[in-house]
Amino acid sequence: MSRRLLPHPLLTPILAVVWLLLSNSVAPGHILLGLILGWLIPLFTLRFWPETVRVHKPWALARFLGVVLMDIVLANMSVARRILGSPSRLQPAFIPFPLALESDLAISFLANTICLTPGTVSAQLSPDRRTLIIHALDAPDPDGVRQEIRDRYESPLKEIFEAC
Amino acid sequence: MSSWMELILSFLILTGAIFTFIGSLGLARLRDFYTRLHGPTKATTLGVGSLLVASSIYFSNQGQGISLHEILITLFLFITAPVSAHLLAKAALHQKLPRTKETRGNTDEGA
Repeated sequence: MSRRLLPHPLLTPILAVVWLLLSNSVAPGHILLGLILGWLIPLFTLRFWPETVRVHKPWALARFLGVVLMDIVLANMSVARRILGSPSRLQPAFIPFPLALESDLAISFLANTICLTPGTVSAQLSPDRRTLIIHALDAPDPDGVRQEIRDRYESPLKEIFEAC
Repeated sequence: MSSWMELILSFLILTGAIFTFIGSLGLARLRDFYTRLHGPTKATTLGVGSLLVASSIYFSNQGQGISLHEILITLFLFITAPVSAHLLAKAALHQKLPRTKETRGNTDEGA
């Protein structure tokens, strides 16, 4: 019953906060409206997102977001340096990355993170969801890139969304 | 507004402008579609990010309460930018666009 009334318990507060930010006020009326929207929108979009989301370790998620934010700043510096340097000396590469993640949400989190961080864009997910092809702007050492993504992003995500 | 506040704001705005410019410069300087994708998707996140922080600080100091719209813009940007980059790369792979000869690795495993 509660699963049908409230399919995504996490989405409701998030949508309510987004509504409060949009209206830029914390008047009781807006809080109520935000909560109603946060309740109705998941009900109407249920078919797009059938999986129930479970965050097993909220603190690990917060730490992960911190790491990603730091990496975004560093990524910008390094990409800027490479654009200003000589483009003919770059060593771009397509790197297949074997995925250990299984849930849709975790995979899309990983793909998004890869797109936001140092010199890498996730290019394609294989149909069996086992491999993610990554394009790296400058990768003299593809194995190093793979290792870094595994240690920095994939294992925390596995802990957060798929802990057993 | 105090003068050191203006200093911080102008620093943020200049950083933002410089990074946004470098991102667009990447479009002209880099060699093939795949590497060009990196410039606008990344160098601009920091650029737009610092412009938004500057905007948030400025409007919060105008005496009309804290301005938090910028947080939302950042959130939407961070959600949409990677998705569009991913789709562009996927479309390029599908069309088999030419790549520079320095590019290593093949893409057959995901085909």
